[in-house]
Amino acid sequence: MRLGSGAFAASCVAIEVLGVAIFLRGFFPASVRSSSRTGHQAEPPAPEPLAGANSNWTKLPLPLFSKAVIVLIDALRDDFVFGSKGARYMPFTTYLMGKGPSHSFVAEAKPPTVTMPRIKALMTGSLPGFVDVIRNLNSPALLEDNVIRQAKAAGKRMIFYGDETWLKLFPKHFVEYDGTTSFFVSDYTEVDNNVTRHLEKVLKRGDWDMLILHYLGLDHIGHVSGPDSPLIGHKLREMDSILMKIYTALLTKERETLSPNLLVLCGDHGMSETGSHGAASAEEVRTPLVLISSAFERKPGDIRYPTQVQQTDLAATLAIGLGLPIPKDSIGSLLFPVVERRPMREQLRFLHLNAVQLSRLLQENVPSYEKDPGFEQFMMAERLHGNWVRLHLEEDHSGALFNLGTKVARQYLGALRTLSLALSMHVAQYDVYSMAVGTIIVLEALTLLLLSTPQVLHRRAELEVPLSPAMFSLLFYLMFLILSAIHVVVCTSVESSCYLCSLPWLAAGGVMVLVSALLCVIASALARMVMDSTLPWKSAARPCSGWSEVGLLLLLGTVGHVLSLGASSFVEEEHQTWYFLVNTLCLALSQETCRSYFLKDDSELQHRFHTQPGTVGATCIQQDCVACEAPKAGQAGKGPCPSGALRGHTHWAVLAGPWLVLAFCRLLRSLNHTGVQGAHRPDFGHWLTSSSHKMELSCLAALSLLMIFILVQRECSLMSKVALALGLVGIFCYRAAIGNLLFPWQPANKGISKGILEARFVYVFVLGILFTGTKDLLKSQVIAADFKVTTVGLWELYSGLVLLAALLLRPHNLPVLAFSLLIQTIMTKFIWKPLKHNVAEITVMHYWFGQAFFYFQGNSNNIATIDISAGFVGLDTYMEIPATFLTVFGTYVGPVLWAAHLAHFLSAEASSDSAMDRACFCYVLICSVPVATYIILVTSLRYHLFIWSVFSPKLLYEGMHLLITATLCVLFTATNQASHTRAWMKMNAGK
Amino acid sequence: MKETDIKTLLYAHFLCIFSVILSVLIPSFFVENFSVLDTHLTWLCVCSLFVTAINLVLYLVSKPNASSKRSSLSHKVTRFLKCCIYFLVSCFIFHVIFVLYGAPLIELVLETFLFAVILSTFTTVPCLCLLGPNLKAWLRVFSKNGVTSIWENSLQITTISSFLGAWLGAFPIPLDWERPWQVWPISCTLGATFGYVAGLVISPLWIYWNRKQLTYKNN
Ligand SMILES: [Zn+2]
Ligand SMILES: [Zn+2]
Repeated sequence: MRLGSGAFAASCVAIEVLGVAIFLRGFFPASVRSSSRTGHQAEPPAPEPLAGANSNWTKLPLPLFSKAVIVLIDALRDDFVFGSKGARYMPFTTYLMGKGPSHSFVAEAKPPTVTMPRIKALMTGSLPGFVDVIRNLNSPALLEDNVIRQAKAAGKRMIFYGDETWLKLFPKHFVEYDGTTSFFVSDYTEVDNNVTRHLEKVLKRGDWDMLILHYLGLDHIGHVSGPDSPLIGHKLREMDSILMKIYTALLTKERETLSPNLLVLCGDHGMSETGSHGAASAEEVRTPLVLISSAFERKPGDIRYPTQVQQTDLAATLAIGLGLPIPKDSIGSLLFPVVERRPMREQLRFLHLNAVQLSRLLQENVPSYEKDPGFEQFMMAERLHGNWVRLHLEEDHSGALFNLGTKVARQYLGALRTLSLALSMHVAQYDVYSMAVGTIIVLEALTLLLLSTPQVLHRRAELEVPLSPAMFSLLFYLMFLILSAIHVVVCTSVESSCYLCSLPWLAAGGVMVLVSALLCVIASALARMVMDSTLPWKSAARPCSGWSEVGLLLLLGTVGHVLSLGASSFVEEEHQTWYFLVNTLCLALSQETCRSYFLKDDSELQHRFHTQPGTVGATCIQQDCVACEAPKAGQAGKGPCPSGALRGHTHWAVLAGPWLVLAFCRLLRSLNHTGVQGAHRPDFGHWLTSSSHKMELSCLAALSLLMIFILVQRECSLMSKVALALGLVGIFCYRAAIGNLLFPWQPANKGISKGILEARFVYVFVLGILFTGTKDLLKSQVIAADFKVTTVGLWELYSGLVLLAALLLRPHNLPVLAFSLLIQTIMTKFIWKPLKHNVAEITVMHYWFGQAFFYFQGNSNNIATIDISAGFVGLDTYMEIPATFLTVFGTYVGPVLWAAHLAHFLSAEASSDSAMDRACFCYVLICSVPVATYIILVTSLRYHLFIWSVFSPKLLYEGMHLLITATLCVLFTATNQASHTRAWMKMNAGK
Repeated sequence: MKETDIKTLLYAHFLCIFSVILSVLIPSFFVENFSVLDTHLTWLCVCSLFVTAINLVLYLVSKPNASSKRSSLSHKVTRFLKCCIYFLVSCFIFHVIFVLYGAPLIELVLETFLFAVILSTFTTVPCLCLLGPNLKAWLRVFSKNGVTSIWENSLQITTISSFLGAWLGAFPIPLDWERPWQVWPISCTLGATFGYVAGLVISPLWIYWNRKQLTYKNN
């Protein structure tokens, strides 16, 4: 099958998008969620079985404890409390666990064993999943149902001291708080003293219901000097004395109120032998959980060993203990020892509440829930429970009733365990099988691209894709059979949920066919390459070898950027990488201009200038080739052919061009500080958006809009010019209407509207311009008109996109757009045209600038910087599809506009029809290399400390970028079909 | 002829490396608590002075171009002044480039400028000593196939490696290791210094390995 290289690249990138989608689905497992989340109003608690008939106990049971203190010690490993270290350094706690009124457990944390997800797990009882990343788009606050929120709703007064993560997760929940940062890992005394210093005062007072303390010191010691450091002992001793202090204070309080209090000692995660955490090793996963209360008093000789439970069980237990509803998304089961001293009726009621909550969650998440053994056990237990209640109400207090009660409780406990297990399986860890399949698809597509690179760069616009022979080869069927067998084996053996296995068999089979077909295509392509290389290869040797400096820089920069993605700091500060690369590129260009204008003798210079218009080396790959094809280029006879005075003028402009671009980039850089290290620093953008500088912002926005008009209108048709001008005015009116900007003649504060009318006014013009552009493109495709029509059409599309971008970008970002257009103009006029870079170089440069502008507008690899407001421009209510589209476009304005500019530039300048095809190919290649590498990196770093905070958001960004690249590439190729048609028509006419 | 030339080059380069090492060692006798990282600015000044001095001494000793004997005193003075102006201009240009690369505009001006000074010392000063204040010659040396002697060849290598060192020195700045040398501009100055020293070591070796292939227009 013969394919143009553009179409080939488009299909490859489409396949890659599919692969990335499968990978993402496996990487971010769907989490278990309760659907009745909207509205936080309290639902009535599940009544006791048989209620209404005989019983009328429908209210929530009363709290078991009047006050609760939670002491969370960061990175507290189980052997720090239960092991020899605990016996040595924590004598008081060891005493309590051995003889005192306490229950101790080993709570198992789920990876990622990092503080924030663990706090969420402790307080919500659920396991954080993919949906959280998206749902936390706007605020880091915890949106799920959790114990803290329930406690606040119940009017409990809570006090918090410790890691400020809590304050971000639960803003405005605590009546009193003091957050400490875990920024300086080397500080391990001050962070804890800042918590302890409040303790004395708070314990004396009685005006609180819940006290939460989060100590960071132990974690910091672990990071700095490991779990065997002597500092650990000191710290544990300090913690022990704090526990003693709290315990005695609680005891004295109890004497006054006569109701028991609860003291919880827990860790969020453990620490590995090197002292770090994040992965799934036993040391990191096992944490102690000790519940201390006078309600757990025991007889002498009653020895309790720590039993193994899940970390998520704490939320349900706390809720029951404090008389709160269990958080809706909790998958934990009640820690039964806590309630075993209560009367039987209460015990059963608690177990029933928990089981009802879990089974409801199961019903909402698992379609075939009726067949689940846990659910069946629950139904049975509920029926027995009803019987028990009836007997109990009939005042039957025989031993038989007690026996029935214990049986019901056992039944309930079994049901809880099975339900909880089924739910946590459903939120499985990483779905490695889907991830692997996705990775294989992406890598196969990338290999195909890489294998055909020499061909494409070898001036062949058409590629021979050996699809049909591959489809009928033996290898294909063999591969397909093997893969299907693997699929069946994996799906029947794996116990956690798996996305690919849950697909209908037809879709899964399709994926398998795709994988094996790609493999066969690669194999035959490889075979052909080997065959080719045995043929006399030298005869086709390239006329010009060796890289230009700029070409080398582009290659090395791309490779360096890809490698830098493995370090979390470089991902956080990726904007620095791009600014650095773009700056270096400009310096290299400046050196190239200097050299070509100072060193070449005049004759050569003249020659260069006279042959300037026309080809951008489109017909040539190596830069040096331009010289040999230059004479041909003179025929185009268009563009600023310099003569006399004009020449000197251009000369200096060419020299100054890169420096101007550098200066603009520096200005833009100080407009928005982004990343982690720089985000808090004051920048020009914040200064502009502060309400006291509205006038300056208005002037700047007006100037930018004017500049945009001047730069865009020059190649538009008259109609579009008018539409563009009106649209830009409309944008200013829109921003003034929603109160961002001021009209100079209307200083008085008018009422602020949503600006729906103005925004829709602009949308009309955007659509109009885009429609004109599309019409031109279609015209050129159908009637094979002059190829100028394509160029004009592309420019109109481009200007439509610019207008849309101007509408969506926040007013202080309008200069970014204006400067982007200015830089495009400068680069086109003074650098790409005179220096004649080849298509590959120009494509990569466009890509680099697109990336830099992505960050210039204030984006970062953190999801929090996405400007959601762009999705509401001109919309009355939230509409998902337009809002998503607008937000994505508003976020990726930089890359999209530069790609659009590339399309127009090539169609205007390149004489060869294949230029666009080749550019498309290069663009796809340069976008898919980082994605493929990043997928592998993320897979190998999936237990990294920062996987959720740094690497996963970047993965989402990369996936989105690839999707956009695919869309653009398909559009590129589609417009380019016009030129193919034209060439074909011409050929026919010639005949 | 060539072998002896290379030997001289090697000795000259050893002297330059020696001056860099001295700039680390000597000030500790005079300044209390001197260390490259803590009193970085002092070290920058000292290093710049030492390297310039050695370059000047080498220039005066070797006198690469005999024509300067004939010239008058006033000619020498203008030449010297011109060199000074070139040096200052190059410092300012480097400063501007650093700011364009993202160095803070107002804070840390002194640090940035001293970085510019030391980079000029490693690059502009040898150029001035060898080629004089002659822009055409500079451009010739730094373009493909423009070199006419092993001295110019080594100049090309050391200059490029100094720039490369400074460029690579910027890489660790965004990393979160919280090391003292990650502060602007210490990693870059250190990078430039290492690049310079590496260039000094590499260039005689490279020229020695490639002495068969190297043909200069003059010889
Ligand atoms: Zn932690
Ligand atoms: Zn930690």
